Parts: sequence; C-alpha cells; structure tokens
Amino acid sequence: MPRSIPGCVMLDGRAAIRRRLGLRLWLSGGWLALVLLAALLAPWISPQDPLAQDLMSGRLPPFWVPQTEPGFWLGTDSLGRDVLSRIIWGARVALIVAFVAGTLTATIGSALGLIAGYFRGWADRLISRLVDIWMAFPPVLFAILLIAVLGPGLMSIIIAIVVIDWTRFARVIRAEAMNQGAMDYVASAQVAGMPRGRIMLAEILPNVLPTIVALLSLEMGISVIVEAILSFVNLSISTDQPTWGGMIAEGRISVHQAWWVLVFPLIALFLTVLSFSQFGEGLKDRFDPVLR
Amino acid sequence: MLLLRTILARLATTAVTLFGVAVIVFVVIRVVPGNPIAMMLPPNATAADIDRLRALYGFDKSIPQQFLIWGWGVLHGDFGTSISLRQPVLGLVLGRLPATLELSVMALVMAVLLGGVAALTGTRKRGTRVEAGIDVANGVAMSVPDFLWGLLLIILFGVLVPVFQISGRVTPDLKLPFTTQFYLVESVLRLRFDLTADLLSHMFMPALALALPLAAIIGQLLKQSLKETMHLDYVTLTRTKGYGENHVILREALPNAILPTLTLIGVQFTFLIGGTVIVERLFSYEGLGNMAIDAVINRDLPLIQGIVIVFALLFTAVNLVVDMTYAALNPRLRHA
Repeated sequence: MPRSIPGCVMLDGRAAIRRRLGLRLWLSGGWLALVLLAALLAPWISPQDPLAQDLMSGRLPPFWVPQTEPGFWLGTDSLGRDVLSRIIWGARVALIVAFVAGTLTATIGSALGLIAGYFRGWADRLISRLVDIWMAFPPVLFAILLIAVLGPGLMSIIIAIVVIDWTRFARVIRAEAMNQGAMDYVASAQVAGMPRGRIMLAEILPNVLPTIVALLSLEMGISVIVEAILSFVNLSISTDQPTWGGMIAEGRISVHQAWWVLVFPLIALFLTVLSFSQFGEGLKDRFDPVLR
Repeated sequence: MLLLRTILARLATTAVTLFGVAVIVFVVIRVVPGNPIAMMLPPNATAADIDRLRALYGFDKSIPQQFLIWGWGVLHGDFGTSISLRQPVLGLVLGRLPATLELSVMALVMAVLLGGVAALTGTRKRGTRVEAGIDVANGVAMSVPDFLWGLLLIILFGVLVPVFQISGRVTPDLKLPFTTQFYLVESVLRLRFDLTADLLSHMFMPALALALPLAAIIGQLLKQSLKETMHLDYVTLTRTKGYGENHVILREALPNAILPTLTLIGVQFTFLIGGTVIVERLFSYEGLGNMAIDAVINRDLPLIQGIVIVFALLFTAVNLVVDMTYAALNPRLRHA
C-alpha cells in the first residue's frame, strides 16, 4: 500500500505536479499571448468594422449555421455589428485595464504592505485600520459608486480598481514582510548598519517579489472582470466602444433570440480570467524553492 | 473575564470601522462634482424648486453638519428618506435584506456541501486520478468569479437546458400568503412546498454562482488539512485497530482538520455576501444588492448610505461571530 508511506506518495506526486504545472503555464500563457496579439493587431485582423451597424443583417447566426451570410464568422448582434470584430477590439480595452490597473494596484498596495509589515508602529496601525474599513465595503458596490462619482471612462475604471483593490496586496505583502522581517538575514543587515529603508527595498522586497508577481497576474484577471461588470451595469466606457462586458450585457438581454451574442464574448472573458490566474499560480510555483 | 475584555475590544474596533465606512461613503458621494438634486429634477425645474428640495433633504448645510444630522438619525433608527422611492430608507432596506440573507445562506450551504464532498472524496482517493481531477476542478472554480459562473449557468440551465428560472425571486403572478420577507423560510413553515419549489428554482442558479468559488476554496483547504492529519500518530493508531478508511477520515481526521476551514469560511462568507450585489443584478433577484445598484444609478444619496452601512454592519457582524466561535472552539485560545 503506497499510501501508508507518505514520503513516497509525496515524491511521486511532485513529479506529476511539476508536469501539470508546465502544461498549465504554457496553455494560459498561450491564450494570453493570443489575446495580446489580437489587441495589438485589431485594425488589421478584424474582418469587419466593429462599429458598423446594418439593421438588415441583425442577429445573423455564426458561420456553421446554414444560410447565414458569409464574412460574419461568429454572427452579428441585434444592430448587425460583427461579433468577432467586436471581441477583437474589446481585447484592447480589457488588456489596457488589466495592465495599467493591475500594475498600479500592485505597486501602491505592495508599497503600503511593505511599510506596514516592516516598519510596524503607527504606520502599521493606520494602514491596517484602513484595510479593515475597506474590507467592510462590498467591492462591486464600491466600484459602481466610484464610477458614478468619477463619471464613466477608461481612466475612471482604472482609478476605481486601484482605490478598491490595493488592500488585496497590502494584506498579503504585510504578512509576508512581517515574516521576512523576523528572519536572521534582516537582523544581520540591521546589525551591519544598513538603513531601514534600504533593507526594505534591497533585502525584503526581492524575497516577497514572487508573491507580488503571482498576485499581480491574479489582479489583472480581476481588473478585466471589474471592467466587464461595470460595462454590464452600463457604467463603463462610452457605449460605442466595443467591450466584452458591454457585449455580454447586450447578449444577456437577447439570450433567447441570439445566444451567440452572449456566448462568444463570455468565452473570451472566461479564458482570459482563468489564464491570468493560472499563469500567476504557475509563475509562483516556478519560483517556489520547495517545488523547484 | 478575559473573553469579555476581548469582546469589548473587538466591539470598539468594529465601531471605528463602521464610523470609517460612514465617513467615506458620506464624503465620496458629496465632495465630487455633480449635484444630486439637479439630477433628480426634470431639466426644466426652476432655481427655486432646486433650493426648496435641497433644503428638504438638508443638502444646503455643510458636509460636517449633514453628517452629524444623519449620524444622529441613524443612532435613533432613522436612516432618512429615499429620494427616488420617497419612502423611509430603513423600511426599504429591511424589506430587501431578507432576500439577500436567504440567498447568501443558501449559497453558503451549497458551498460547504460541495467543498466538503470534494475534500472528503479527494482524501479518500488521494494519489489517484480522482484526486487530480478534483484539484483541476477546484483550480478552475476558484479562479473564475461568481459573475462569470452566473452567466455560464444562465446559458447552461436557462437557455440550453431550461430547467431553472433565470430572472426574479419568485414567479410574479403567484399569490403569496407571506407576512415576512423571509419567503423561503416562511414557505417551509407554512408547509406551502409548491412555493418553496418555485423559490428554490429561482434561487438555485444565483446561489450556485456565488457558491462555486467558495466551494473550491473550502475543498482545497479542507483536503490539505485532512491529508496532513492522516499522517498523525493517533490516526495511524486508529487504523491499526482495524477501523476502515471511511471511519478514519470522518470520525478521527475530520474533527481535527476542520478548524482552519471554519475560520476561512467565516472570512470568505463576507466576500460571498459582497458578491450578491452583481449576482442579484444578473438574475434580477429582488435583493439589497440589486436595489443598491439602482440607488447609485438614480443618485439616491440617502438610500446608498443606508445600504452601504447595512452591508458594513453585516460584514463586521459576521467577522465578530467568526472570531467568537473560533475562540470558543479552540481550547488554546480560550485559556490564553
């Protein structure tokens, strides 16, 4: 019975886990690269003008349905706009929000977390209290409220994500920085007379970086979702710019007449969010010395 | 004595948190440009109309003054009057809160059941393909948020195989004999199982959408704790006594492995309640979150404030209960 010898199972399992991790990293990275290419090359590869309306060819089904019009691969929405082209252009908004909002959130949240976790004292008390207050808000309601106040637009969405989600980084990085701060290498740096600010940046930051990278990837996925949710409640960007969330909101209404308007942007969103989180997990495991 | 002091300290920090939430909402919705009264009135309203309405809702006073008046009212159970619905905020909020509570608790129950089954099966079949499959399913369920699960469920069980209702809390033309807003509880108590079935058919998909990410987190953590416990000496001892694997897992390992999961469920439950806002919107479920989004769209300041405070109260109350339960269950904390 292999199961009664724990060590053996662990070693066996570890090889399997590593193979699975490699595959996971490749699959998720591949999809993200595809989305990135689509976003960059949108003007050249999208088969139709994503904004062109044609009420005569509204709600055309996708290409495999007989008697549909050629050229509209994934069908059209109720206004006759090409679904595939809109998904390709929607990737732009999704990725801009993911990268800009994700990076800003990670930077601000991690900085506050590092300060709270390493310097402790009143800075920690202040930051931790703020985190407590933030955690008492329902995040989606907070986001909608902020957009209502800031006005719709790409910039507002990015600000809203940063304002709401910095706590995710602050909480985790604070705990990690506290653990690292208690270790011998930090104590020896202090004894050697290194200034505390430099210890934080040169000693502790590199050790919490793998966690930040994994969280950042996760946060990018979350940002894409937040943009979609805000588009869904009609508070995102102007309605004539194609976004996945806006398409989903439209598709939700006419789901019984034209399922493809909902299904295809939903698949794009689903795979992108899943890939961001799996890519982050995969990266973290790559960096994890125990699994390596 | 010590427990009492801990409780008092926790209540004090809770009060500070609630105060902070109140200040932030209050300032955020007032400082930023945009006149709520102008948005309420038709474009042809006169300046006198606007002034009259501003005075009526107290918007002519300074922000600190407004906050004090509002805070005083809240402490006396008066949350103000909704601008868009022209009714007391407290009544509106209390009318919708039961719907959200029923949905959240239903989702929590589903998450615990799904996660528990996944963890126990994964432990029973550890090292096999079944466990690997459960791990992959957990990974996917965890990384996709409730909003997307809701949309997928709408396509699966609302359109492809239409077995559940995708919109509302209850079929509109049904006659409801209820005196409270806890429809599900009351339908069971009144033995009106036809209504229970209708309510559940509406609640199933939003609840499952909320439950899936939490189920995955529960499944993963509980399985991990169980597997660690399975290697402890006392478990091996039970096994040498000749007890079967099921007995060992359920009776010996589970009680010891469950504590971290319980704490996690408490924290995650507040995230789940937060998720009801968008999931209720998605399924047109008439709960607090759906009302909150309408309140924001209508710039209904008193209603927004009221709803946010109630959510914050709910979150802090859940956290308080979790901490107390944890202290009561964990002997090491009880005597510390």
